[in-house]
Amino acid sequence: MEWETVIGLEIHAQLATRSKIFSGASTRYGAEPNTQACAVDLGLPGVLPVLNGEVVRMAVKFGLATHSTVAPRSVFARKNYFYPDLPKGYQISQYELPIVHDGYLDIEVDEDTVKRIGITRAHLEEDAGKSLHEDFHGMTGIDLNRAGTPLLEIVSEPDMRSAREAVAYMKKIHSLVRYLGICDGNMQEGSFRCDANVSVRPQGQQAFGTRAELKNINSFRFVEQAINYEVERQIALLESGGTVVQETRLFDADRHETRPMRTKEEANDYRYFPDPDLLPVEIDPVFIEEVARTLPELPEAKKQRFMDDYGLSAYDAGVLTANRELGDYFEAAVEASGGQGKLSANWVMGELSGALNKAGLEIGASPVSAGALGGMLRRIEDGTISGKIAKQVFEALWAGEGSADEIIETRGLKQISDSSAIEGIIRDVLENSPKQLEQYRNGQEKVFGYFVGQVMKATQGKANPKQVNELLKKMINNA
Amino acid sequence: MHQKTLVELGAGLRQGEYSSEELTRVCLDRVSALDKQLNSFITLTEELALQAARDADARIRSGEAGPLTGIPYAHKDIFCTRGVRTSCGSHMLDNFIAPYDATVTQQLNAAGAVMIGKTNMDEFAMGSSNETSFYGPVTNPWDSETVPGGSSGGSAAAVAARLVPVSTGTDTGGSIRQPAALCGITGLKPTYGRVSRYGMIAFASSLDQAGPFARTAEDAALMLGAMAGFDLRDSTSVERAVDDYTGGLNESLQGLKIGLPTQFFGAGLDSAVAAAIELALDEYRKLGAVITEISLPNSQLAVPTYYVVAPAECSSNLSRFDGVRFGYRAEHPADLEDLYKRSRGEGFGAEVKRRIMIGTYALSAGYYDAYYLKAQQARRLIREDFMRAFEQVDVIMGPTAPSAAFRLGEKADDPVTMYLSDIYTIAVNLAGLPGMSIPAGFAADMPVGLQLIGNYFEEARLLNAAHRYQQVTDWHARCPQGYE
Repeated sequence: MEWETVIGLEIHAQLATRSKIFSGASTRYGAEPNTQACAVDLGLPGVLPVLNGEVVRMAVKFGLATHSTVAPRSVFARKNYFYPDLPKGYQISQYELPIVHDGYLDIEVDEDTVKRIGITRAHLEEDAGKSLHEDFHGMTGIDLNRAGTPLLEIVSEPDMRSAREAVAYMKKIHSLVRYLGICDGNMQEGSFRCDANVSVRPQGQQAFGTRAELKNINSFRFVEQAINYEVERQIALLESGGTVVQETRLFDADRHETRPMRTKEEANDYRYFPDPDLLPVEIDPVFIEEVARTLPELPEAKKQRFMDDYGLSAYDAGVLTANRELGDYFEAAVEASGGQGKLSANWVMGELSGALNKAGLEIGASPVSAGALGGMLRRIEDGTISGKIAKQVFEALWAGEGSADEIIETRGLKQISDSSAIEGIIRDVLENSPKQLEQYRNGQEKVFGYFVGQVMKATQGKANPKQVNELLKKMINNA
Repeated sequence: MHQKTLVELGAGLRQGEYSSEELTRVCLDRVSALDKQLNSFITLTEELALQAARDADARIRSGEAGPLTGIPYAHKDIFCTRGVRTSCGSHMLDNFIAPYDATVTQQLNAAGAVMIGKTNMDEFAMGSSNETSFYGPVTNPWDSETVPGGSSGGSAAAVAARLVPVSTGTDTGGSIRQPAALCGITGLKPTYGRVSRYGMIAFASSLDQAGPFARTAEDAALMLGAMAGFDLRDSTSVERAVDDYTGGLNESLQGLKIGLPTQFFGAGLDSAVAAAIELALDEYRKLGAVITEISLPNSQLAVPTYYVVAPAECSSNLSRFDGVRFGYRAEHPADLEDLYKRSRGEGFGAEVKRRIMIGTYALSAGYYDAYYLKAQQARRLIREDFMRAFEQVDVIMGPTAPSAAFRLGEKADDPVTMYLSDIYTIAVNLAGLPGMSIPAGFAADMPVGLQLIGNYFEEARLLNAAHRYQQVTDWHARCPQGYE
């Protein structure tokens, strides 16, 4: 039987506010345990939550960027359950009335297929603290620094049909929240993580199969692995006559498998009800307009502009707009190069990205600034150096040996474009290679390349290759 | 000195007739002498009080005294007070030293009032007789065999017994007005949102509201002035200037339209209480008020609605008492579940557990619509009744409680009968309106309270109506025997 995979994602994006969603405590990551938990975060008797207005602004940005409806009125509710790292015995979240709903995002499945993924809702909530099970001699330590950190939970429609699509969607959301400046996207620190709802059904069947919810996925690679493992597990189960049970499963990144956490029967009854300590969030159209004016250029628009203005392919424009920093770098390089769009794109996506990958660096930490790269591209364009020599210049730029012009000067890499000088060298080469000249005359035209190579060797690669070709062609026939 | 009102004491302090330290010692001495019987205090803060009194004296000498500066008061043990045990009447918080001050505490401190201790109360404010307290029941100064009412029973008894001139209370379903009535003093529950709830241990967040106890409306006005105000730390507090509650106290009641809800005078109302209320209404007629009957047709929904909304909210509010971070923790828990079960099982009393279970049930999947949502709808109807009534009248009046103080133990084993003692007060909380109880005579030698209900933020009008009544009657000045 042919099976179809159905996937929906719930992404938790930690909002990049300085203070927590309902208290004034800092959200800074990595502090000593329990040093960033105030009376409100600790859930002391008598304390009350006060909404951080910045999270509302951020949620509205997300809503606008995903073609969603921003709810004129949304309500915080209490999700009641007991857990030691949940100080109040309830999590404040949004339940029936989320702040953002009914939007979508287009993803590129491959170079020429675009797919629209529905966004059911995005709601605001507070994070819980952390339970630390090691180092406490069989006991559990509680760190409440993270308690009350603002999260935007982004729930997709079950519109994805493969792990690859799920990854593409997750990457797109990741890029978007960073573009918007509402989440730092740091997956190691847990600022961006996801749960995946996965089910399979016979190809052509309308009804959804029973789903499993995969928890605790904190990298793009793991999303793909977890989903693929789970799909195989469910298909194997069904094909051997079993049934999938609705349950929550934990992805184990070390063993590349998912295992059951709790079944539907064991699931909590969260007893949601509107939080009487907080007023409904009322958002008027004027506020939405005000936020709309602060939106940066979004990836879709930027991609189109790169195609229109710089003549880039859809693929290249897509790569360069995948994150805001890369796009900014590219445009700064174009500017410094005197408007060389395609050339800049080739270098940013080629040599630069390769070097960054190798060094494990993000674009923001590139040792070669956009200005320096652009300066070098300008010298390629005006013929001062060849593309080949430029690779040497780039390495020197990376090593911090100064500007492109300084490197070209000190290393003597300037291209030889003086015809008489090149003619002299060609003459010498032809005189010193009678055997090869004989072969060429006997019709072995590929020997032509040998002569070019000799000329380049004699000039240490500095001769203008185009001129060498032209002059050699003329002189070889007259020789 | 202990017979003087806050207004009189304030004048005496500012004129140098006595110091706050002397006055505070008088109060502390009365507590040591008389509170064994009453049990109105859980914690006495003698050292802190004397220090605060000396600070107040310095402030008085420098001419910067306000009306409350140097005035001793008793603070319901539901308000967090930094460095002082804040028990909420519960074993659960018997060991809880609050690390911060409630906003109300801060404001009274800032006004220079002198807290002499924390008063007894029903556990987590759940009760109408003060019998659910972990610290034992409070007795009524008028008859030690009877209850003072609840949940703010300690604060009411302490003022009635002249241990302090004023005190604080909280009112979720009558917990200021009913004990004020049963103890023969003046109590005011402000409009929901008028006084900050920050630092006031939550029972039912959408109903809880703090207010003062005093012997006179004038004293209550001064206390309310210090307690009220917008607070950024409480999202449900209302950003609105605090009225001058004393300025209009003496205004004429000529033409004041008073509404009597027929539903407050039906079956279940003690006839002696009804008679006392009738006499009080006659006084209002003499003062020029016009009295008409009105209808609050959904009144009978108030008690059942309340006993869904309040337990639902409390079941969630009290989840934080889990033995993990503060409060009572069971010894040698076998595992996490055992820690939760025994800490809560041993830390909470029977009434608290009953309400947590009722509330948990009401919020459970499959029951939510039938209980919680239904209760919210009923709550709207109750509110609309009042809104219609206030289109016709200025103030609504009636009995505060269906009977005078009942005997200790009389209703303790019958929760439903106990719940019905709040039948006239609860609707006011559901609607979020301000309400007052003032002494209005006696029924079989026990005090009767007249309830005054106003429109939103019309505390000043209630205080005016109460004050004028107190100018022509002396019920509020009567002192229980043995406490003169």
